[in-house]
Amino acid sequence: MTKDDCKKLVTEIIADIAPDEDLSNLKPDVRLRDQLQLDSMDFLDIVMELRKRHGIEVPEADYIQLASLESCAEYLTPKFNALEGKR
Amino acid sequence: MSSPSHYDVAIIGAGMSGLAAGIRLAHFGRRVCILERHSKLGGLNSFYRLDGRKFDVGLHAMTNFVPEGVRGTPLGKLLRQLRIERGEFALCPQKQSRVVFGSTGKTELRFTNDFSVLEAEIAAKFPAQIDGFRRLADLVRSYGDRVFDVPQVSARQVVREYFSDPLLEDMMFCPLMYYGSARERDMDLSQFVIMFRALFLEGFARPLEGVRLVIRVLLEKYQAAGGECRMRCGVARIVEREGRAAALVLDGGAEITADHVISSIGAAETLALCDPMVGGGLAVASAPSGMGILPMSAALGQRHGQDARATIGRRLSFVESIRVLKHQPGELGWGSDTIVFFNDSDRFDYARPAQQVDLRSGVICLPNNFDFGGAELPEGWLRVTCLADYDQWIGLPEERYRADKLRWLDESTRSARRFLPEISDATLAAETIATDLFTPRTITRFTGHLEGAVYGAPGKTPDGRTHLKNLYLCGTDQGLLGIVGAMLSGISMANQHILQPEIRGA
Ligand SMILES: Cc1cc2nc3c(=O)[nH]c(=O)nc-3n(C[C@H](O)[C@H](O)[C@H](O)COP(=O)(O)OP(=O)(O)OC[C@H]3O[C@@H](n4cnc5c(N)ncnc54)[C@H](O)[C@@H]3O)c2cc1C
Repeated sequence: MTKDDCKKLVTEIIADIAPDEDLSNLKPDVRLRDQLQLDSMDFLDIVMELRKRHGIEVPEADYIQLASLESCAEYLTPKFNALEGKR
Repeated sequence: MSSPSHYDVAIIGAGMSGLAAGIRLAHFGRRVCILERHSKLGGLNSFYRLDGRKFDVGLHAMTNFVPEGVRGTPLGKLLRQLRIERGEFALCPQKQSRVVFGSTGKTELRFTNDFSVLEAEIAAKFPAQIDGFRRLADLVRSYGDRVFDVPQVSARQVVREYFSDPLLEDMMFCPLMYYGSARERDMDLSQFVIMFRALFLEGFARPLEGVRLVIRVLLEKYQAAGGECRMRCGVARIVEREGRAAALVLDGGAEITADHVISSIGAAETLALCDPMVGGGLAVASAPSGMGILPMSAALGQRHGQDARATIGRRLSFVESIRVLKHQPGELGWGSDTIVFFNDSDRFDYARPAQQVDLRSGVICLPNNFDFGGAELPEGWLRVTCLADYDQWIGLPEERYRADKLRWLDESTRSARRFLPEISDATLAAETIATDLFTPRTITRFTGHLEGAVYGAPGKTPDGRTHLKNLYLCGTDQGLLGIVGAMLSGISMANQHILQPEIRGA
């Protein structure tokens, strides 16, 4: 999986959690919170959807890594790849 | 632990809060079962059939309505959390509402889903108070999402710092109390902030089809996520073991077990299901009215001190009269009001009345007067809600009960009509196709809430915790009230006690 694939998966999750947000111009290097109306309940859901859909665990201490799409990709891509390696 | 009668989570009650909690948990893969004693979903906000006609129980209006595109509000949060698309609730906004005070309706404040209408009304009718009102609105806005940051103080006292006219004060409190106060005569500031926002800064809407649509959407989401719902399946007892809810005994005698139990039926009502030998032997259900909340505070370890509880009063109940009409209310000359909050006395007294029903104040709902975008309800409806005293309804012999229902149906309609454009008795009689009145007794009978309480006990348990580690409260006694509040309550209790801790342990 590439970082771009990973960004796509995260964007898909956000689109399902927050269908009322316009995601077409999302800037990867800007904090999600600064571009979208996402609160802590929404971040909880991003984490839970990652777990539900992809089996990825994000411990609470690492939530900060989900700040922007770029940082999500940075943090999550190795996790996705590690999982794929196991399969 | 995967026996057919073991669940990750059991939820007691299929009202708005139980269904919402169920959707969250089922969506994230928990094995969930909702247990509902009644044969219908919805609880306090349900429907019934009488002479082939469907009557909604609750639902005058859904509060917290904002137009599409307005984000970061309670409605948006709940839609997101439940994965409901905005269009699914098919919400249609109100036309206009009023608060009318004085025996002849002398003072009136109109409001709509556009806050500036209310501001202009206050500027015109209370010119000396408008600056204070604007500052009060700013205060409410300043809390944003953080209602838990609101200090635990009397809303009356705070509001008096913003305006000095007691009439305006009462006119502000009347709608907010009727649509969301469990407490007599005053509100906690946090509840005032929530309701001010829900009614005035946001607004009213409903689906054309009424509450049935809301219930259907919730049930579909729940079932699609794999949730199970057992109807006519009350919980008779919660078996306690080692500080946990170890099992639920159902009305038929069967037992189920669950890792977590969420109860939406009320704090005292839940406690009454717990082992009578544990929890201090709380025969709460049979305690005389007004005392119901006192014995439980110790067991629940509530944060409100006993003294505070003694001053916040007793559970409140209501009667609601329903009248089905041949024509739309507008065609009869009743105008386009959606909701009218009225009071005929010097002060507005939101309290359990000394009489069977308090006719001095009330709420009129004309559900035809939402903007249904060209469609309309096939029949006209007039609903009138007034405060009522549970004690004077519960013990009546059947014949007397039926006679009293008819009497108060008439009297509450008469009282309410003082605040609507006049139509003659003869016209109204000729127009009326069907009527019903439901009472505090109806509410207790169909929802199990003590003393016919619509908004639960006056003291709340915001964190939903009980004396048992794995038993949590959601719904009226957790403290978020109304339809939107109940759903948010179910969502937040499911998140806080079940989903978040599991993630944390990841
Ligand atoms: C006449 C009326 C008008 C209203 N109008 C409005 C309005 O216009 N707008 C608004 O926002 N709100 C309105 N409300 C308030 C709103 O209906 C409630 O705040 C909300 O529905 C409460 O939901 P809940 O899930 O907390 O509780 P409930 O709906 O009471 O849910 C509890 C459920 O538990 C079930 N139960 C009880 N005991 C047991 C047991 N032992 N085992 C199994 N099941 C059990 C009950 O049958 C019930 O279904 C109105 C209420 C009434 C009565």
